[in-house]
Amino acid sequence: MSVDLEHYLIVSALLFSIGMYVTLAKQSFIGVLIGIEMMFNAVNLTFISFARFVESGDPLAGHVFVIFTITVSAAGAATALALAVLLYRVKGTIEMERMDLLKW
Amino acid sequence: MDDTGVVIAFWALSLMTIGSALGVVAARNIIHAVVFLVASFLGLAGLYVTLSADFIAVAQMLIYVGAISILLLFAIVLTPRGSRDNAEGFLRLPALALGILVAAALIFAALDTEWAIADREGFDETASLIGDALLDKYALPFEIASVLLLVAVVGSIVLVRPEPIEEDE
Repeated sequence: MSVDLEHYLIVSALLFSIGMYVTLAKQSFIGVLIGIEMMFNAVNLTFISFARFVESGDPLAGHVFVIFTITVSAAGAATALALAVLLYRVKGTIEMERMDLLKW
Repeated sequence: MDDTGVVIAFWALSLMTIGSALGVVAARNIIHAVVFLVASFLGLAGLYVTLSADFIAVAQMLIYVGAISILLLFAIVLTPRGSRDNAEGFLRLPALALGILVAAALIFAALDTEWAIADREGFDETASLIGDALLDKYALPFEIASVLLLVAVVGSIVLVRPEPIEEDE
């Protein structure tokens, strides 16, 4: 019994698809953000497991890339939550089905 | 990675991560969903430790478990009570089908590919190596990331500023 790359990749695939389901299916803007963060985390897990297991000239590159994805996802989360507060102020709701400003 | 401890840790942490992620789906109150999300992030931090990524594990704890979950809770308390419902919308069934298909495709790709597995041990410690890499080889992306964070902070403040400041001519 040992833990290999495939085990981590399967965990990451499950987490990614759960995150995608949450992103698409949830009605609340915050729920959608939660799903996006879960997908970011699944991708980070893939990077780290490749950095640990796969043949590479620079095994640390995966770690550095994860730091950048964490930075980008933090910036995205901050901006998106500001948008959530703004949407509530403008439309009085943050339900995704009422986001129809671009619909005609 | 044949140690019994590592195997047990992997299965326990994976169960915690995936189980909490399913809890995010099932929770009816969005605050409970955020709490499940925190548990999922904690499990992932443990998985990073089993992959000998100590710096990333600590960064995960600080940024995701600490900062982003607090940010989500702030957004929840700043928006109306009616939106604390964590229900699914009309895309529930297509999203379920798409999620299952994506999971099946990714798992098939992971199992079917012949990965070039390296014969090496995990890193002893990564913090100083990552520090060297960030200030040497990846110095330009590092600086661009700092500009991105600055833009995100200023943009968020501008977006939620209560009243636009009048410019006096």
